[in-house]
Amino acid sequence: MNFQAGRRQARKLDLKNGRVELTHGAGGRAMADLIDLMFRRAFDNPLLNQGNDQAAFEVEAGRMVMSTDSFVISPLFFPGGNIGSLAVHGTVNDLAMAGAQPLYLSTGFILEEGLPLAQLAEIVDAMAAAARQAGVLIVTGDTKVVERGKGDGVFINTAGVGRVPAGVTISGDRARPGHKILVSGTIGDHGVAIMSLRKGLQFDTALQSDCASLNDLVARMVERAGGAIAVLRDPTRGGLAATLNEIADQSGTGIRLNEQSLPIRPEVRGACELLGLDPLNVANEGKLIAIVEAQHADALLDTMRQHANGRDAAIVGEVIDDPMHLVRMVTSIGGERVIDWLHGEQLPRIC
Amino acid sequence: MKYIDEFRDGERARGLARALQAEARPDRQYRLMEFCGGHTHAVFRYGIPDLLPDNIELIHGPGCPVCVLPIGRLDMAIRLVCDHPEVILASYGDMLRVPGSKRRTLLQARADGADVRMVYSVSDALALARANPQRQVVFFGIGFETTTPPTALGILEAQRSGLDNFSVFCNHVLTPAAMKAILNVPPGAQPGETLEVDGFIGPSHVSVIIGSDAYSFCAGQYHKPVVIAGFEPLDVLQSILMLVRQLNEGRADIENQYTRAVTPTGNRKAQAAVAEVFTLRPSFEWRGLGAIPESALGISDTYKAYDAEQRFDMVYTAAAGTKGCECPAVLRGAKKPTDCKLFATTCTPESPLGSCMVSDEGACAAYFTYGRFRQDAEQRKAEQRAQHKAARA
Repeated sequence: MNFQAGRRQARKLDLKNGRVELTHGAGGRAMADLIDLMFRRAFDNPLLNQGNDQAAFEVEAGRMVMSTDSFVISPLFFPGGNIGSLAVHGTVNDLAMAGAQPLYLSTGFILEEGLPLAQLAEIVDAMAAAARQAGVLIVTGDTKVVERGKGDGVFINTAGVGRVPAGVTISGDRARPGHKILVSGTIGDHGVAIMSLRKGLQFDTALQSDCASLNDLVARMVERAGGAIAVLRDPTRGGLAATLNEIADQSGTGIRLNEQSLPIRPEVRGACELLGLDPLNVANEGKLIAIVEAQHADALLDTMRQHANGRDAAIVGEVIDDPMHLVRMVTSIGGERVIDWLHGEQLPRIC
Repeated sequence: MKYIDEFRDGERARGLARALQAEARPDRQYRLMEFCGGHTHAVFRYGIPDLLPDNIELIHGPGCPVCVLPIGRLDMAIRLVCDHPEVILASYGDMLRVPGSKRRTLLQARADGADVRMVYSVSDALALARANPQRQVVFFGIGFETTTPPTALGILEAQRSGLDNFSVFCNHVLTPAAMKAILNVPPGAQPGETLEVDGFIGPSHVSVIIGSDAYSFCAGQYHKPVVIAGFEPLDVLQSILMLVRQLNEGRADIENQYTRAVTPTGNRKAQAAVAEVFTLRPSFEWRGLGAIPESALGISDTYKAYDAEQRFDMVYTAAAGTKGCECPAVLRGAKKPTDCKLFATTCTPESPLGSCMVSDEGACAAYFTYGRFRQDAEQRKAEQRAQHKAARA
């Protein structure tokens, strides 16, 4: 059943003490109440308010991009955000990594019976705020309720479309030897902030998730030297290591990082030392990797550093010729090692 | 980060590398064994081989508890959980992925319905026993002297609190006995089968417990120098330099580089807990090293109520490993992971065929994860070693 369940006289939803019930997904009046008072209230925009099973909008000439992502994070709330803000940032960033300006999102909710409505409202409000901040509209949606024990509070899917400016061709297979590799800030913040809350691992940290939409940062970079950007990617699950290995595979090149130039917060390094993790494998939610032509690297770095989401940006390595397509790193002591994909699961479900 | 960055400093590392280049004599090989898997991991993670002269060869020792446990002991654990549905087996994570006979793992046993839980410590296992009074909780105790004291304290705690549904499948092994086994030339050994080790980079954490005096036999009986080293890259580099100096001067002393943690006599309190609960087994089978006398601990008669082997009549049967797997030779230091035909072809960290590819501390996993690009350099050094050998003969 879609959000556009029909215009009707809305009743009240007990946002203070109420909980999600199976009737909220049953297609009846309770569901219509939930849609009106929970989702439409927060996401309010003319396309959503058309009240149809789909949103209709005009398209311009040129290239569009489309992406989707599902969010099953535990815990639902964490320092620096919650599953709602993450669900918007995630898809916005996936679109932005093509150099695109994100336009519209859809969202699907799978709610578990018993989820407090107050928590759902907080999540939905965070989504709405994140969408406003990123300048995208949530224009269509869907909600389902599963029995208690068959979900984990709430799962959210978002999908989105965006428009790519003319002259921009950004893709994971375009890295070439000699290109410079930039990251937009400190790595591992999101993963460590989430792990600090995990049962059995709990530790105190002032660390916040870096969860943020990066489309504005990307727009500034594209303005400065869009044609010089070969690859953009946000190193979420699997961290910098997995993302760089993907790019090396796609582009058929090697990559060499310099450990000393990697921006890593001391809190993240400390937590990783304690837990036996490598910050390179830890998830980020508000960082991007840019692989760019060498002669434009300094200019792009400068642009990134002038943006709130790129203040700690750094040039961390370069693309090299390597028939084995390995990602390697010059270590702090001057030796060299491979940066591999993570084997098995580091920790379950952190994004 | 304080106490970390000091030991990973690039400038100091280059200084040590220069000293090694200057002091290592070009007319000889230095064959140094890092006994401990933690050192193997550090060596590859920081790219230490790149800072060493070609004639300093690091031989990776058997100090990885997951790696040296023979398949027959793992089979015992798998049989235990399959035959006894009342048992919850609490194990460190690495053990779950090691293939036993017919390449069966504890993870597969779990998928088939056995109750196998991953724990971080013996305390987690005790908590499981408390939370499940109607079940039998067996802690899969493995490890060298570092993990033995916590297991001892676990048994003492179970006794103190009357936790009768807790027991330990004890596989704790001893470092000095394994070093002796490596140094002893087996009777009837062919040339090339024996290992020539010039000196040892001694374990860090094990030595915190047993103390540096525990290695005096190396110097006395075998005339081999030992330098106990910390786990940081500068610790390892400095220890290699200390070994090179001893060898150049013809000395064989037990030296301690890891003075910030290791004392000559070790942790007496931990030693007392171990002595209270455990007893020496007359002999124990090691993967790669065979049966070594007095090389492992069993649970003493006083605490036999907590011995899972007795409680569940567990019986050891020797079992053969995967055909072609060179883990035994790798663990003896006789072969490099890259000498194994299965390495990085059918045997990878995602689907390991041998134990050395499972644990982070295993030499094969360290080579694969951090050192794959180094294969050309390995080839070059192997040729150089062969030339040295030919020149000596």
